Amino acid sequence: MQPSPSSAQTPPRANLAGWLYVSPLVLVLVPFFVAPILVVLAASFFATDGFGGLTPDFTLASYIDVLHSALTLKLYLATIKFTALTWVFTLIIGFFVAYFLVFHVRNQLLAIGLFLLCTVPFWTSNIIRMISWIPLLGKEGLINQALLALGVIRQPLEVLLFSDLAVVIAYVHQLTIFMIVPIFNSMARIDKKLIEAAIDAGASRFDIMRLIVVPMSKSGIALGTIFVVSIVMGDFFVVKVMSGGGSASVVSAFYEDVGVLQYPTAAASAVLLTLVLVAIVSLILRTVDIRQEITR
Amino acid sequence: MKSDRGDIELAGVCKSFDGITNVVDGVNLKIADGAYCCFIGPSGCGKTTILRMIAGHEDPTAGEIVIGGQNVVGLAPVQRRTAMMFQSYALFPHLTVRENIAFALRVRGQSKTDRLRAADAMIEKVRLTQFADRLPAQLSGGQQQRVALARAAITEPRVLLLDEPLSALDEQLRVQMRQELRRMQRELGITFIHVTHTQLEAIALADLVVVMEQGKIKQAGAARDVYAHPHDRYVAEFMGGQNVLSGRVEKVNGASFTLAQAAPDGIEVPLQARSTVKVGDKVDIAVRRDDVELVRPGRELPTGCTTSLPSRVLAIEYQGYFVKVMLDTVPDDEFVAYVPEKTFFADPFTVGDVVMATWATGSALPLA
Repeated sequence: MQPSPSSAQTPPRANLAGWLYVSPLVLVLVPFFVAPILVVLAASFFATDGFGGLTPDFTLASYIDVLHSALTLKLYLATIKFTALTWVFTLIIGFFVAYFLVFHVRNQLLAIGLFLLCTVPFWTSNIIRMISWIPLLGKEGLINQALLALGVIRQPLEVLLFSDLAVVIAYVHQLTIFMIVPIFNSMARIDKKLIEAAIDAGASRFDIMRLIVVPMSKSGIALGTIFVVSIVMGDFFVVKVMSGGGSASVVSAFYEDVGVLQYPTAAASAVLLTLVLVAIVSLILRTVDIRQEITR
Repeated sequence: MKSDRGDIELAGVCKSFDGITNVVDGVNLKIADGAYCCFIGPSGCGKTTILRMIAGHEDPTAGEIVIGGQNVVGLAPVQRRTAMMFQSYALFPHLTVRENIAFALRVRGQSKTDRLRAADAMIEKVRLTQFADRLPAQLSGGQQQRVALARAAITEPRVLLLDEPLSALDEQLRVQMRQELRRMQRELGITFIHVTHTQLEAIALADLVVVMEQGKIKQAGAARDVYAHPHDRYVAEFMGGQNVLSGRVEKVNGASFTLAQAAPDGIEVPLQARSTVKVGDKVDIAVRRDDVELVRPGRELPTGCTTSLPSRVLAIEYQGYFVKVMLDTVPDDEFVAYVPEKTFFADPFTVGDVVMATWATGSALPLA
């Protein structure tokens, strides 16, 4: 149907077509995203009998519990520490890998090949990837053996595995790709002529990176940051496995709550974490216009 | 940085990207200091590659590039004291006009106040003062072009290289910016090298026009020389404004020779000093389109015309101050007469009319 230019209103058929376009997404998002969140939100206000039974009620008791607990603050600090460290390392590695792929690999086929190579770790499951660190980092692991053999250390290093270090290593290993992809994407869109123009103006390699590449990859960096931050803050499994139970995160706390049937407290913690994440993400979005990146 | 002179000499410059074919093939050229030089040719003829080699963004496979008496091959653009204005400008999209223009000074480590003062002076020179704080995307094509020019000129280069600087603009703006380029060149007093594929642009601007084909220079000279006295068929056709005819030499008589053609008496062509022709040679000649006069059959030819070719009018295009009349004079080539408007409308032809195409014998030019 031809839309008539004279009528300001959208013709009803076009309207219907619009709804049809979004319907697959709606069909996925409503049952699998919106509904569960509403259930959690509702549960956070319910009262409990302490044995898993919920009474529909409106009480802020769970929130008061969570907010009054000294553990909450400690867990948030621990989680933020993991998040910050992971972010710094994934950003540095991700930025330079993307920079190398975009600006130093002349052959496009090779660049795509190397790019795919970055995804190889994802061909196995998360659990296997974490277990694979044990022979490397463990007490009898490769690194300790090598250091012992070289005489650098006398006792095997215990800090390598089942420690905060191991947690960060595992996160960085898992999440660097989430930095590489968006940064690669925004870097690949930088016109190579801009780099030439900068060279023409006398810019050094470092100047070009500092004044052209970094500012123009900002939206990719922001997108990668959102991925990394929200995944680390929403995770408990890596912390649990790689720290050997020695550390915990915000999510591990409400995972424990669910284990002991404290559903409303768990729900309240979840809602709180969601709010914190929404605040962080909106802060990131305020610094860069991501829509521009997506629509460009 | 020893010399401030911006004279350029290319000696045997070759460039090959694949090691097999030469994109630029043994180019020799001298460009005087402070000249406006235009490289012109179809896309892929190597003109941009030459420009990029002079700029230092590409290294020649062989040959020397000498600027101001110094071989610059292998030097960085900054050391050559050249600046390039890129096709579609390559302005930094995240920097304002002022920051774009000050960029070169910034990476040279000038203090913020110094470089912004210099940038503002340059902004004034290109008349963009009110747009100084805008981003490139908020400017029109012509304004972007001026920013690009200012950004290139701020380092006081001795050679400014322009890669199709006007191709992104619409027709009217192009004419306007063309004048501005020329004005800037005079003001700065430095060598400009301008790459284009539009012959109008080249002859309007350049002191030195360089016509290229497949990596080789076909002809280099003053605009009027190249336009009015093309060396060969390629240059004549590329620069336009000429009708090219070919035929065999029928007889050579003193200062002229006769070309066998469709015309009953052949075409008489003055023999120029440089050309030696023998009977039987295949020769191309050029006749300027505005030298061609059209006479109705049976009428007397204007004085000085000895050749007349019977032709049928194929099409007529009104062009304002002249009328473009397309004729079937020669079987394989285009033949066009530019008739002044007043002359044409004094006795207008229509499509299908038979006319005699004639020209003053002296104006026919034998080509190499």
